[in-house]
Amino acid sequence: MTEQLALLPAYLTAHLQLTLLGLLASSAVSLPLGLTITRVGWLERPVLAAAAVIQTIPSLALLAIMVPTLAALNLQSIGFFPAFIGLTLYGVLPILRNTVTGIAGVDDALIDAAKAVGMTPGQQLRRVELPIAMPVIIAGLRTATVWTVGIATLSTPVGATSLGNYIFSGLQTRNHAAVLVGCIAAAVLALVLDGLVRGLEASIRKRQRRQFRSVLALLVGLYLYTGFTLATALLPDRVQSVTIGAKGFTEQYILAEILGQQIEHETRRTATQRQSLGSMVAFDALVAGDIDTYVDYTGTLWANVMGRTTVGLDRAQVLEEVRTFLADRHGIQVVATLGFENAYAVAARAQDAERLQLTRISDLIPWASTLSMGGDFEFFSRPEWLAIQAIYGLEFEEQRTMEAALMYQAVAGGAVDLISAYTSDGRISAYDLRVLEDDRLAVPPYDAVILASARVAQEWPDVLRALSGLEGTIDVNEMRRMNLDVDEGGINPSVVANTYLAALAAEQSSHPQ
Amino acid sequence: MIDLRNLAKHYGNIVAVRNLSLQVAEGESLVLLGGSGSGKTTTLKMINRLIEPSAGSVWVDGTNVAELPPHELRRRIGYTFQEVGLFPHMTVAENIAVTPNLLGWPPSEIRHRVDKLLELVELNPRDSRDRYPSQLSGGQQQRVGVARALAAKPRVMLLDEPFGALDPLTRQRLQESFIRIKRDFCLTVVFVTHDMAEALVLGDRVAVVQDGELIQTGTPRTLMHEPANEYVSRLLDTPRRQARLVDALLTRDRGAQRDSKPSDVRGEPGERTQ
Repeated sequence: MTEQLALLPAYLTAHLQLTLLGLLASSAVSLPLGLTITRVGWLERPVLAAAAVIQTIPSLALLAIMVPTLAALNLQSIGFFPAFIGLTLYGVLPILRNTVTGIAGVDDALIDAAKAVGMTPGQQLRRVELPIAMPVIIAGLRTATVWTVGIATLSTPVGATSLGNYIFSGLQTRNHAAVLVGCIAAAVLALVLDGLVRGLEASIRKRQRRQFRSVLALLVGLYLYTGFTLATALLPDRVQSVTIGAKGFTEQYILAEILGQQIEHETRRTATQRQSLGSMVAFDALVAGDIDTYVDYTGTLWANVMGRTTVGLDRAQVLEEVRTFLADRHGIQVVATLGFENAYAVAARAQDAERLQLTRISDLIPWASTLSMGGDFEFFSRPEWLAIQAIYGLEFEEQRTMEAALMYQAVAGGAVDLISAYTSDGRISAYDLRVLEDDRLAVPPYDAVILASARVAQEWPDVLRALSGLEGTIDVNEMRRMNLDVDEGGINPSVVANTYLAALAAEQSSHPQ
Repeated sequence: MIDLRNLAKHYGNIVAVRNLSLQVAEGESLVLLGGSGSGKTTTLKMINRLIEPSAGSVWVDGTNVAELPPHELRRRIGYTFQEVGLFPHMTVAENIAVTPNLLGWPPSEIRHRVDKLLELVELNPRDSRDRYPSQLSGGQQQRVGVARALAAKPRVMLLDEPFGALDPLTRQRLQESFIRIKRDFCLTVVFVTHDMAEALVLGDRVAVVQDGELIQTGTPRTLMHEPANEYVSRLLDTPRRQARLVDALLTRDRGAQRDSKPSDVRGEPGERTQ
């Protein structure tokens, strides 16, 4: 719990940056837009409809869509910017709608009176319409505030740090304390910001200057803090700091820690992490230079980045083609292979494997129509699965998609008979499962490789040296054990990484090569 | 002072006002009298350009109002209407001070003016200055409405059934106040009403409007004795017809009601204190 709380200032600050600046931008868009459409009647329906359509996009998808959209526009597509744009879009509707409703709700008699006493259209707006519509507009702002604080937790997968880092990594590594800290912090933040906005509105309405000044001072203070921290974060001392990416699962958290600690130990640089990135987001971030290094898998690069579907190749061949492709196309260097594979595999309960005599995937062929198969969110749409189906001619009784962290319980508990397992997952042995051999080489090899961005490859030899020191140091059993320590043992990934590197250093000093 | 020349207003095929010409002399009070939908309010609102005419022109003090920016025109013309339209987020004093503020009067002068106007409309400045419209009775609100219209010392006042929503006693007191104010400031007034009695009490001249057309203009006496048509004659006869009706009722009920007490008639509390 203490180590979780130690992360709070950084996560909270990042969350505040997203929320406050997102709300500011939402208001800056919606208020003028709302006022315009109350003046230009025919605009009201199309504009409100467009805002409503944005709202119907699931928030996680809206944020994820920002990544390729911004990349296509040649803008920063990973990190703060896509999350900020997504949150801004999401905050528009409540403020816009309430601005329109509030202004439209001003009594016609008051409009006539405002004109009759000699106000210009601008004076009429500032002195009569806005003050009278204010409570309604503020109500919209409060809705947007609470939504934005909540949805900002979903910024983590697009590479923006937020309180969602607690939630995403906590759910993956079964660290309930982390999930709880993230949720409570987000809830408290929503209440505090909502209270501030409400206090501001009440002080204006009741004309309490002192209350108004103190609430305003608090808000201005928060914005100054946010702006200042963001400015320093956007102008980082990049010469010294290495940014390490991690996708959103346990093994990646551990490996990112290992990379970071190795760099901090072997060079004079500091390492910062971008956690819980989406699978393709991580690679795009490396290409864009938003992260400097991370661990990916040759099979993923083979299929998703290179778009290859050829099967039947061995590990060395695939590795060489990936290495050449990344270097030629993106200037990205494959610094080291860690020594283990994390491939997609099909796993069955040990007792079933014995009863049905299953050791290879082709042994499934006679039984497939009576078995059910569970897979993570992407598995059934991945080329590996299509290849397994096509090459082995498998047609299962049922296919069920579920959260990766829950698949193991599902198969052990009998909810499904087979799952798409990851070969380096510690839970394979913990849940007494058997990995079925891919005897027809349908699935490409998934060697874990450390990738370094073009800049690291060209300008930071110290980092390359530190990372290449990890070549061949982690075998599949080692990786399974570390994954299990986090997933089932509840040990923090940084502690697991630290223990591993200490053991490695001790081993290397006793057996100097 | 006010000159309406061949004024017309159409909404699509609907004609609200048809070719209406009318003059109001300086210091004169003209009542526009007519039923609902007769076009009397539309005519009034064309004077301060709350409605723009489809044809014709309005001249105030020798100027064609179409040539002035609307807000400048309106700052020189007081306007009061039935809904009052006090700004709910402003105090009484702020409501009254609106137009002087827009004109950039110095604050001390505005303060002085507000107090003077409150006294003029028979409200206690100290008690009412800092209250909000919602804390006032209907009659008090309309007094503030009149004060606001007078704030920037207009020479022309437009009133659109300003006392229509008030109870009869309050209405009468406000009518009396207004007659005094009008006389004291030598205001040129156009007053819209459908109430015959009010028209007769307030109007130096009465203009009867029906279906967007001006039927007859003249002093109450002229209209009474030489009505232009059946409608005018029936309209002018209304107060007397009502009086006869009341008389008849009282005569018939005199015997039956002998033991009942006379009803206790009072104005609303806010009005009594003045």
